Amino acid sequence: MELELNEEQRQFRDLIRQFTNREVRPVAREMEQSGTYPTRIVELMAEMGLFGLTVPTEFGGLGADTITLALVFEELSRGWMGIAGMIGSHGMACKLIAQHGTEAQRDLYLRELASGRRRSGLALTEPDAGSDLQGIKTVARLQGDHYVVSGTKTWITNARHSDPLPVLVKTDPDASPAHSGMSILLVAADTPGLLVTRDLGKLGYKGPETCEVVLDDAVVPAENLLGGIEGKGMSQAISGLQTGRVNIAARGVGVAHRALEEALSYTQEREAFGRPVADFQAVQMRLADMATKVQAARSLTWWAADRLDRGADAATESAMAKLFASEVALEASMESMRLHGGYGYSTEFEVERLYRDAPMMVIGEGTNDILRTVITKGLRNNGIPES
Amino acid sequence: MNVVVCVKQIPDPADPGALDPNTKTLKRDVKLILDESDSYGVEMALQLVDTAGGGEVTLVSMAPNSEVGGLRTALAMGAAKAVLVSDEALAGSDALGTSKVLAKAIERAGEADLIITATESSDGYTGTVPEQIAELMGLPSITFAKSIAVEGGTVKVQRQTEAGYDDVEAPTPAVVSVTAGVVEPRYPSFKGIMAAKSKPVDEVTVADLGIDASQVGWAGAGQEILEIAAAEEREAGTIVEDDGEGFQKIVDYLAELKVI
Ligand SMILES: Cc1cc2nc3c(=O)[nH]c(=O)nc-3n(C[C@H](O)[C@H](O)[C@H](O)COP(=O)(O)OP(=O)(O)OC[C@H]3O[C@@H](n4cnc5c(N)ncnc54)[C@H](O)[C@@H]3O)c2cc1C
Repeated sequence: MELELNEEQRQFRDLIRQFTNREVRPVAREMEQSGTYPTRIVELMAEMGLFGLTVPTEFGGLGADTITLALVFEELSRGWMGIAGMIGSHGMACKLIAQHGTEAQRDLYLRELASGRRRSGLALTEPDAGSDLQGIKTVARLQGDHYVVSGTKTWITNARHSDPLPVLVKTDPDASPAHSGMSILLVAADTPGLLVTRDLGKLGYKGPETCEVVLDDAVVPAENLLGGIEGKGMSQAISGLQTGRVNIAARGVGVAHRALEEALSYTQEREAFGRPVADFQAVQMRLADMATKVQAARSLTWWAADRLDRGADAATESAMAKLFASEVALEASMESMRLHGGYGYSTEFEVERLYRDAPMMVIGEGTNDILRTVITKGLRNNGIPES
Repeated sequence: MNVVVCVKQIPDPADPGALDPNTKTLKRDVKLILDESDSYGVEMALQLVDTAGGGEVTLVSMAPNSEVGGLRTALAMGAAKAVLVSDEALAGSDALGTSKVLAKAIERAGEADLIITATESSDGYTGTVPEQIAELMGLPSITFAKSIAVEGGTVKVQRQTEAGYDDVEAPTPAVVSVTAGVVEPRYPSFKGIMAAKSKPVDEVTVADLGIDASQVGWAGAGQEILEIAAAEEREAGTIVEDDGEGFQKIVDYLAELKVI
């Protein structure tokens, strides 16, 4: 039983913490509210090697373990969750290419993705299909040496910067079961017929744009089929989900931790009835519950990450971590707002952003209700996890 | 070009621990980190080596308990290797004792074109070690550098003064102390952190450096700390009510202090 970070993990965390404190926290509120793209922060993250977090070392990446990944996403999200989004779906795409790509695809993309010279995202969701990915309508038809792709993807984060953008399509729309006819295509940014049509208005999670993407008879070379074999798209997409859920869980922990931090300092400064409001028992109860839940969420997240690092299947664990941590983020941001009184509702304080950012984690990477179904499926198939 | 940088590993200023009433010095049995004052020297050294297009940066540090925490940070920034002097005999060393040890360790680090230090450490503040090292090694010393360039066998330094800066130069090798804040120390890259684990740290004792233990530590200290006292609390400032003439009161006050 070990519940300690190793030396390298601790150094990584300290570095990201220092970076977030210096470069992200001081500018987050202003940039988020004015809708300024954090160009300088993205550049610094590239210099530090963060775009290569999930790229294997032989391709110039960090090949980081999942605990380290969780640390990075928690620390960044304590500063501004949107910043974590810059490397979130990018990292998933890198992992997809590293795990499933052909040798030529890995050679072509991974080094540049690791350095941040190329960036990526992941296009699964469509206007009429999110949770039910087998219901997507984007179709790719092979014509000689290329596919002709038509369909619409929506809610695609980082689409504007992605080159390539992995897109989930149906290469055989009539296949039964449907997933056996699904594939992922690596779509280059300059593909004829690929259009990023608009940035979607969002409650929070600002910083990275989230876009609608139209493929209007887009012409994609056949060699851009991920892994080179049709029909593997759904299983490829699902393979990254466990790590993806740890990523979202860690962001939840980060947002919740920040909400607690803000509440703890504010309630010790703010006075009412002649003393700091933190002296009131009702306030103390709320702070105690928040702190306990934040730490529980972190422990659950590290537990799921550790399972993945040990090579175990962690479908249930990662779903539990994501479900719990995102709900804690939602709750903690609300509690922190409550403890700030009227100032919690003010755009001059940090809490309102946390409150707007938290719901994304309840929805993204599988809605929490979908994850509940995943967890119960795990319980019924494998029993109740005990360690 | 090879540059040696002397770096101190100090208790984290965010959690500095306590003074030991017996020795009247800071307790150093906690985890130590790289003194921020030294991160500027490390950055300058890395830039100089980059500009020269070759060579390496070697760190030299004296610290208790084989501490390498701060060294790893500087290695992760890009330094190539380190010499660490750690020896129980060194406890209680004064500035001169420290300088004797560092001078020997610098020699052990190999041929250097330049030796960089901070002007003073953030925990001790004696501010005399750089000049003592130079004297012991028979090298020229330049203090308060805000920028450094090495051309041929000459080091050219902009030396910060109260009014601006002086242009000064010296033949290399020389000891140059760097003012805090004059460059922006880089963030270590993640790969740097991973690589730092396998960079060599040559840990040596006083005997390895050919120093007689009676010359250093409590035994060799020519300086004695007689008393330690808490710094005076800062007095509350004066509040000037602005009745429309507030600026005049502030101007008068500053004139009284003779700062304007
Ligand atoms: C800010 C943001 C960024 C995003 N970024 C990306 C991205 O980069 N790439 C990408 O591909 N997608 C992205 N998404 C999309 C996201 O993954 C989907 O919104 C999510 O998977 C839910 O799908 P949906 O919106 O179609 O909801 P629906 O599937 O329509 O769900 C609606 C409701 O029905 C419930 N529901 C559906 N099916 C079931 C079921 N079987 N059992 C119980 N309840 C069910 C859901 O829980 C939910 O409450 C992003 C979304 C947001 C908000």
